[in-house]
Amino acid sequence: MKTFKIGGIHPAENKLSAASAIEVLGLPKQAVYPLSQHIGAPAVPCVAKGDVVKVGTKIADAGGFVSASIFSGVSGKVAKIDSVIDASGYRKPAIFIDVDGDEWEESIDRSENLVKECSLTPEEIVEKIKNAGVVGMGGACFPTHVKLCPPPGSKAECVIINAVECEPYLTADHRLMLEKPEEILVGVTLLMKAAKVEKGYIGIENNKPDAIKVMQEKAVAYPGIEIVPLKVKYPQGSEKQLIDAIIARQVPAPPAIPISVGAVVQNVGTAFAVYEAVIKNKPLFERIVTVTGKSVEKPSNFLTRMGTPMSQLIDAAGGLPEDTGKVIGGGPMMGKALVNTEVPICKGSSGVLIMNDKEARRGEERPCIRCAKCVSVCCMGLEPFLISTLASLNDWERAEKEDIVTCIECGSCQFTCPSNRPLLDMIRMGKSTVMGIIRARNAK
Amino acid sequence: MDLILVAVISLGAIGLIAAVILYVASKKFAVYEDPRIAQVAEVLPQANCGGCGYPGCSGFAEACVKAGSLEGKLCPAGGQAAMSKIAAILGLEAEASEPKVAVVRCNGSCENRPRIVKYDGARSCKVAHATSAGETACSFGCLGCGDCVSACKFDAIHMNPETGFPEVDEEKCTACGACVKACPRVIIEIRPKGKNNRRVYVSCVNKDKGAVAMKACKVSCIGCGKCVKECSFEAITVTNNLAYIDPNKCRLCRKCEAVCPKNAIVSVNFPPRKPKVETPAAVETPAAEAPKAE
Amino acid sequence: MSPHVHANDSVERNMYGVIIALIPALLWSFYAFGLGSVVVTLSSVCACVFFEWAIGKFLLKQENSTITDGSAILTGILLAFNLPSNLPVWIIVIGALVAIGIGKMTFGGLGCNPFNPALVGRVFLLISFPVQMTSWPVQGQWGAYLDAETAATPLSLMKAAVKGDASALDQLPSAWETFMGADFGCVGEVSALALLLGLAYMLWKKIITWHIPVSIFATIFVFAGVMHLVDPTMYASPVYHLFTGGVMLGAIFMATDYVTSPMTHKGMIIYGVAIGFLTVVIRLFGAYPEGMSFAILLMNAFTPLINTYCKPKRFGEVVKK
Repeated sequence: MKTFKIGGIHPAENKLSAASAIEVLGLPKQAVYPLSQHIGAPAVPCVAKGDVVKVGTKIADAGGFVSASIFSGVSGKVAKIDSVIDASGYRKPAIFIDVDGDEWEESIDRSENLVKECSLTPEEIVEKIKNAGVVGMGGACFPTHVKLCPPPGSKAECVIINAVECEPYLTADHRLMLEKPEEILVGVTLLMKAAKVEKGYIGIENNKPDAIKVMQEKAVAYPGIEIVPLKVKYPQGSEKQLIDAIIARQVPAPPAIPISVGAVVQNVGTAFAVYEAVIKNKPLFERIVTVTGKSVEKPSNFLTRMGTPMSQLIDAAGGLPEDTGKVIGGGPMMGKALVNTEVPICKGSSGVLIMNDKEARRGEERPCIRCAKCVSVCCMGLEPFLISTLASLNDWERAEKEDIVTCIECGSCQFTCPSNRPLLDMIRMGKSTVMGIIRARNAK
Repeated sequence: MDLILVAVISLGAIGLIAAVILYVASKKFAVYEDPRIAQVAEVLPQANCGGCGYPGCSGFAEACVKAGSLEGKLCPAGGQAAMSKIAAILGLEAEASEPKVAVVRCNGSCENRPRIVKYDGARSCKVAHATSAGETACSFGCLGCGDCVSACKFDAIHMNPETGFPEVDEEKCTACGACVKACPRVIIEIRPKGKNNRRVYVSCVNKDKGAVAMKACKVSCIGCGKCVKECSFEAITVTNNLAYIDPNKCRLCRKCEAVCPKNAIVSVNFPPRKPKVETPAAVETPAAEAPKAE
Repeated sequence: MSPHVHANDSVERNMYGVIIALIPALLWSFYAFGLGSVVVTLSSVCACVFFEWAIGKFLLKQENSTITDGSAILTGILLAFNLPSNLPVWIIVIGALVAIGIGKMTFGGLGCNPFNPALVGRVFLLISFPVQMTSWPVQGQWGAYLDAETAATPLSLMKAAVKGDASALDQLPSAWETFMGADFGCVGEVSALALLLGLAYMLWKKIITWHIPVSIFATIFVFAGVMHLVDPTMYASPVYHLFTGGVMLGAIFMATDYVTSPMTHKGMIIYGVAIGFLTVVIRLFGAYPEGMSFAILLMNAFTPLINTYCKPKRFGEVVKK
């Protein structure tokens, strides 16, 4: 069984919602669209207070090449453009829409029938993806069209679809594969066409045997697509680790990017969004979100319009349990604890995880005993104990020499530390500081 | 006996040769250094706090001697006393400077600023600031992890365990500014100590709009501008929903403190006021929104 | 702040894991040396825990005592395992004071010590009380403690052979006996089998990795084997080198101490090979019959250097040709 070579951990999987079929969630009263839902420049609003919008109406334009447009997931009236508290508690600009009815843009094909044929040229496909505001649905939210336009001098050789869903608890991609396998495969074919490659791999961890089986059966009809079962290991869903696992090539340190080794990596949810955008003319305004947790009454997967507050999803899954310790947007390894459950669902929201009081608490911090466990689990071959200490001592120069910027913030080191040290907290802070220093130096 | 003699002579010879080499080297490679640099360095506190802007006390001493004037130079730790001693050594005029002190511009203790989440990340303000807005609805106020305490070289800033806030020990504070640099939210400001140590300042750095700031904390500045109107010396300005009192213009009349609806303006070291009519600006603090935590 | 889950690993789990791994050897030592072994182990553990508590409380003024994390108990057991079973209690207490006081707490307590505390204690005693520290009781004297009969260990026989006593090697017990633990020596080091059981347990529980013990064993076997081939009458067979003295105990429990061993796998192998090499050099050419503890302490000193130069292979790093 294939997997990546360096480090890695195996946290308890806790895929509680794997058996719950996708349900359609009701509309919110008010939908909120933060302008920065993706990596890159924030989007620029193209509606004003009082404007009437439909489902699928563009409400904000991409603010640059590396940016993505934002579409309304509801129909109604723009209430205001104001700041909203984001997951971390800081205020960010957003568009507020009061919901009224459910009227869709006419251009969207709402029929369920599967269309396999597509006569568009690669450039037209990329253009359609761009115009639908599709971004990476795994959580990083990198605009998809940017990945499909390789920088001059590099050439894509294969498309790799990330369907490993290595985060514990989350099952959104798993359910999507079980319920929409053909649509995903068409989406992958479109992505391959757009990237002008003949070969596509779909990497699935073998804790989802049913999804592997369904996809393998259907993939026979799609030339060039291979389903690759992978050994369960976190963080296999990281782009670099996935490329290593599937085609055994390691992306060199930054500034190299996956395309440098000929790979274009897309999430399975993105492939589905591409299908809908290209074939059905449907921009990205809804996604599947897992709501789960040990104390949650009804762990579920919801098809949710973007802009819906997370509290509505939590209510739909049985409400906030009494012993709630924290609510996390995303999975337990890389998700962010929410300051506020009114935070809206964005393009990258893959799940809402509710942890009870006992799970939520971190252990008492102890001195480092130099057990080197963080070194052996680090999937980037770094020394977390060292770089976190350097960061806490503000020794940026040495931290840079020890490659702090290559850290992918997977959290394996902190997960495994027997002394409960806040390794990643420090490294994350150090990494952003060092990156700032490097940017300033390059700007000179 | 012979053995001892040989040993004594050879060791002696080695010592002699080494002494000659050292002597020659010290003469030949001697670098002239103004003796006054050492004298100036002597009167400095040798804390190497960097508050003067030079790399350590010896760097400051060198700069003082070489510059030929003491304009714009101040050792915050040694204060006026040290500067006049330096002036005496160098035969220069010391620039008159006000003694300064670090001021923590936040009053959001547990009582004033309800905690809505719990932060359990690394105990470092820098990390806390980078990851979240903190434990309260105010994303500008003190995080209480004590980066300033560990930055202080003079043991002058301490956490008050009751309020969870840093408190500056005026006696010990040298206004070197290390805490200002350590604070990721720039809450601490170096302000002149003022006459008789009396100071009036806005104890808040919240730039949110009034309504938001109002909700987050009982003693936040909401940028209402009442103090600006009240001030007869044009010492107060409001920018980004936040009032600021210019210490150089302020005459310590304390009228602004009286009109502030949120008690965000603080005065220290004044004699107790005559009992005034109590109009506590107790703003209804909305109950914490649903329980969620970091 | 992510990650929000934890492996539930802890300092305690690791420390008590090592202690569990030491149980087979402990039981064997009780069986082999009887009362003496019980007294030595108990007094060593008690003394270590007491000193850790006292120094932490009165000298370092720590708020939370660190005695519950199991590291002091572990140091106590390891120190006892490195002592002969007829050692008087007062010497053991001095050893514990040196181990915990000088070896560990001087540097700031858990995680900060450059040398393995138990070995610091043992080497201190070995140099200060050479006579008491090198008289080894014969096995099977259940009720004996200070008055136990003593005899030469296989290691001293091996040393005698190197020094020219041609008949010394013939007096060695069989290799099987040394493996099972029928020979004699320090409290905990005699039974290679019991110690290997401990190794298996620690590898299974992922407390340590295989790199250090295996590289030590391999180096000792190869180096001692070469010497044996050169002159079988002077140099004993490599099997004896592995199964006698402190090699098993040292390689499995002392050299693998988290704090004092290198952080990377590459570094661990360098460290292990160097320990194995130094051990054999000291055993064959040095003044002492046993070299394990000195070899480990020497390499402890090199650990920071190894850490600086042995970086893990970075992801995507191009191998320089």
